[in-house]
Amino acid sequence: MSAYSITEPSGRSKWFAGTLVILYALITMIPLAWIMLTGFKSPADAISYPPKVLFEPTLEGYVNLFTTRTRQTQEFLEANPPQNWADEIVRDYDMVIVGPSKFGERFLNSVIIGFGSTFLSIFLGTLAAYAFSRFKIPLADDLLFFILSTRMMPPIAVAIPIFLMYRNLGLSDTHLGMILLYTAVNISLAVWLLKGFIDEIPREYEEAALIDGYTRFQAFYKVVLPQAATGIASTAIFCLIFAWNEYAFAVLLTSATAQTAPPFIPTIIGVGGLDWPAVAAGATIFLLPVMIFTILLRKHLLRGITFGAVRK
Amino acid sequence: MKRFNGAAIGAALACSVSVPTLAAADDLTLCWAAWDPANALVELSKEFEAQSGHTMNFEFIPWPNFADRMLNELNSGGKLCDLLIGDSQWIGGGAENGHYVKLNDFFDSEGISMDDFAPATVYAYSTWPKGTPNYYALPAMGDANGWFYRKDWFADPEIQAAFKEAKGRDLAEPKSQKELLEIAQFFQGREIDGKTVYGASIFTERGSEGITMGITSALYPWGFKYENTPGSYDMEGAVNSAEAVEALEFYKEFYETATPPGYTNSYMGESLDAFKSGQVAMAMNWFAFFPGLYADPNTGGDKIDFFVNPPQNQAGSTLGGQGISVVAYSEKQDAALEYIKWFANPEVQAKWWSLGGYSAHNSVLNDPGFVDSAPFAGDFLEAMGAVQDFWQEPAYAELLLAMQKRMHDYVVADQGTAKEALDKLVEDWTEVFEDEGKL
Amino acid sequence: MTDSLANQAAQATPPRVARKIRGFSDRAIAWIFVAPTIFLLLAINIFPLIWTIQLSFTNFKANRLNREPEFIGLRNYERILTDSDIWLNMQATAHFLFWTITLQVLIGFALAWLIHRNFKGSNFWTTVIVLPMMLSPAVVGNFWKFLYQPQIGLFNYIVTFFTGGEASSFEMLGSVNLAPWSIVIVDTWMWTPFVMLICLAGLRSIPDYIYEAAEVDRASKLRQFFTITIPMVLPFLMLAVLFRGIENFKMFDLVVQLTGGGPGSTTELTSINLKREAFEKWRTGYASAYAIILFVTVFGLASIYVKALNKVKER
Repeated sequence: MSAYSITEPSGRSKWFAGTLVILYALITMIPLAWIMLTGFKSPADAISYPPKVLFEPTLEGYVNLFTTRTRQTQEFLEANPPQNWADEIVRDYDMVIVGPSKFGERFLNSVIIGFGSTFLSIFLGTLAAYAFSRFKIPLADDLLFFILSTRMMPPIAVAIPIFLMYRNLGLSDTHLGMILLYTAVNISLAVWLLKGFIDEIPREYEEAALIDGYTRFQAFYKVVLPQAATGIASTAIFCLIFAWNEYAFAVLLTSATAQTAPPFIPTIIGVGGLDWPAVAAGATIFLLPVMIFTILLRKHLLRGITFGAVRK
Repeated sequence: MKRFNGAAIGAALACSVSVPTLAAADDLTLCWAAWDPANALVELSKEFEAQSGHTMNFEFIPWPNFADRMLNELNSGGKLCDLLIGDSQWIGGGAENGHYVKLNDFFDSEGISMDDFAPATVYAYSTWPKGTPNYYALPAMGDANGWFYRKDWFADPEIQAAFKEAKGRDLAEPKSQKELLEIAQFFQGREIDGKTVYGASIFTERGSEGITMGITSALYPWGFKYENTPGSYDMEGAVNSAEAVEALEFYKEFYETATPPGYTNSYMGESLDAFKSGQVAMAMNWFAFFPGLYADPNTGGDKIDFFVNPPQNQAGSTLGGQGISVVAYSEKQDAALEYIKWFANPEVQAKWWSLGGYSAHNSVLNDPGFVDSAPFAGDFLEAMGAVQDFWQEPAYAELLLAMQKRMHDYVVADQGTAKEALDKLVEDWTEVFEDEGKL
Repeated sequence: MTDSLANQAAQATPPRVARKIRGFSDRAIAWIFVAPTIFLLLAINIFPLIWTIQLSFTNFKANRLNREPEFIGLRNYERILTDSDIWLNMQATAHFLFWTITLQVLIGFALAWLIHRNFKGSNFWTTVIVLPMMLSPAVVGNFWKFLYQPQIGLFNYIVTFFTGGEASSFEMLGSVNLAPWSIVIVDTWMWTPFVMLICLAGLRSIPDYIYEAAEVDRASKLRQFFTITIPMVLPFLMLAVLFRGIENFKMFDLVVQLTGGGPGSTTELTSINLKREAFEKWRTGYASAYAIILFVTVFGLASIYVKALNKVKER
């Protein structure tokens, strides 16, 4: 935009707009900042009134998040000095650490299922997107619409038969079952987005390669894939974020072995009632990767969340 | 699927005839709710591990998710749990849907007699159909809904004088539901030690079973009945009787005039929080929490005392507690039965009580020293003498959720009248039993 | 589509040689590439959908395997459509949909319009604003529950800081009047950036020369706004509404964590109600019929809407 353009907003209006937007951004950040702060509070500070902005930071929430503890008698505590700094923290409550909590496992499940389903959706999605982009497929538009429409069902509605099916196949509460399910949900997004990216790659590149004696397969992975790398990467992050955040299927179809973090975090309890600092610590650890990805992804954000319907 | 279930049960029964004394070491998983008694059970089970060579794993699920998660697990034929300490209301479904192994033959061959356990607990936790000698669980944890209060506040001369002036009688443990409300209203909004405190914390939770468990604690003392004649499913005039309406209105008044603000969706955890943070003078909760409350460094010890749910037209307490069952889908049923055999042992039961679990074994309960063994032991015996439970039908979840909705709509969301809420409940329940083919 | 160079080349070569060069025919490759995706979607989306339709005509209960399900015709549908409680759930859903979309459109458009001024640092602040919508709704809902606590929560504290009064004088999640708004607030907080981004794309798609021409014609700024900006952004805005509409019709995780449907049934959106029927009461047949009704509703509404959207685009 040229500086002399008559449509260029005046300095005053820019200043005004900037102030309002920054104000909105700051207000919208308060809850997130509060989550992160609460993670470093002691349980007493977390529930104090008026809410404390200044407090003595402690890692108690994080210790409670990652460990299980039991209360012990004074004699026991005196006979067994604390093992490490984490143990020392829980001693304030006459407790000792007896082992790790389930959080690590649940987090790992989120990672396995997230990356597993992302890999599979991208793998299958790239193939399908390439085929839709380059070949004449009978009823292509209908098929594409069908792929998209599967996203319209409320997850709870789909979950009923999936629950029955998984029960019969022994896929309930397995990593494989969740990976397949998330792949099925994500693949519609993957195909639509990737088709858009591949459409943008000029056909002439492949055609030249074919003339040079490449097979279709070779042309596909030696010419098209490298060109589509950025598109594939951003699609992958979208798939990953979806699988990472998903709650409804996870809460219905998993329990002890394959449960991911979202259904687990709200159930972290301390001694009577929710242990808010531990919940906040869990939320912080869980949300941070997504925030980082969002910042990396900001250029492709719109395309991803609108199924490629809006490009810029 | 059906045939598979049958086969599993058959296999279980066949095995149970000769429980091997020296079985191979197994990895057993026991599922229960995540709460104080569960930690006690871990402690107790160490002895079993040492004796049998089996390893015990535990899967403890927070109460708000417990029913959801476990019923989902059973309904999906999951092999996660070998042993399940399931809520009393699940017994009908557990038995009829083949989730639980029938234990009669096992009890006979091992000489375990149900006569050794308190009759109310056997009836509630073990039998299906109700009251018949068909056992699907061994009573593991007796429990009922009771009350605790700030003994130090009740003993404070200033507070006592203020109460006497306001209500014309001495401040003491309530002898009726109406006295209970009166005391709670007296404390509501009072300044104590420079802090505003409230009357009592009661159950109002919507999602699982909270408000139903709280309201039945008022319904039963008023003489509420589920059916006009037991087993008839004839509910019109029983569920929505004049007494039931009065009890429900009472609970709503209690909620509106004597509970702390913001407790619109509160159950066990919130009740404990409210009490431990010094917000309330009294609170209702399950006896299971009482050992932990008594041991609490801030509000326990000589600051706390306990009382049984007060009577109104009659004595009545809401039953909690669980029996321990062997899950039919488990592949380690022999070892699981071994655990039950060990757990039924009177010495183990005595230790169970001493660690904070509520044994239902007669040898523990009838012991002359029992009443004095804890400040709430006598109350526990009294409560267990007049307990009632919710429907234990296989369709219990539908019945419970209908009640949750109707009660929360009326008490917390303030919609309609008590009579209308109960009338609608009768309609909902009738529909459920019609679907079941029982009406 | 014009014949590609490759095809021309293929035609020029004898068939047998062509096949050798390429390994497989294009047609075979197309099917090999598409088949796994279609198969997966058939297995995990279409087959279940058909099964759901079939179940919806029975009284099947997934927790009663030893009871034979009976075919009961349209009875489930009849019961659902005549159940006044379900209509209340629909109303709660409609309230939620209407207000979240209205607020998000208004605030989202306003923000986009401001950001479009291209002030210094606008890219950075846009990224900051966008953060909430990428987060896990269940975790966010859980944490907002903490913010909404009447005695200790930050939300009540901030509100009463400005309005005065006791922080515990109102209960966002516990009061029948406020709870429906509590979920609207959180959803608006989370998803306004989405509408904002789409509006921003719309604003940026308007070429400068249109405004320049309007300036030459001495059209007022206000007039430009209503005759150029709004009509040009409208298709984008409608797209945003479509996406938000479909998503919020499916809303489950955020609200379950916030209110669980309470108090009473005031925030029991259809998805929450459906979950209770299907996975707590285990009325599988009934819940299947319910699911089909919801699916048909959202699909029907979306199709009508897309037609309207296309008309606007054509103009």
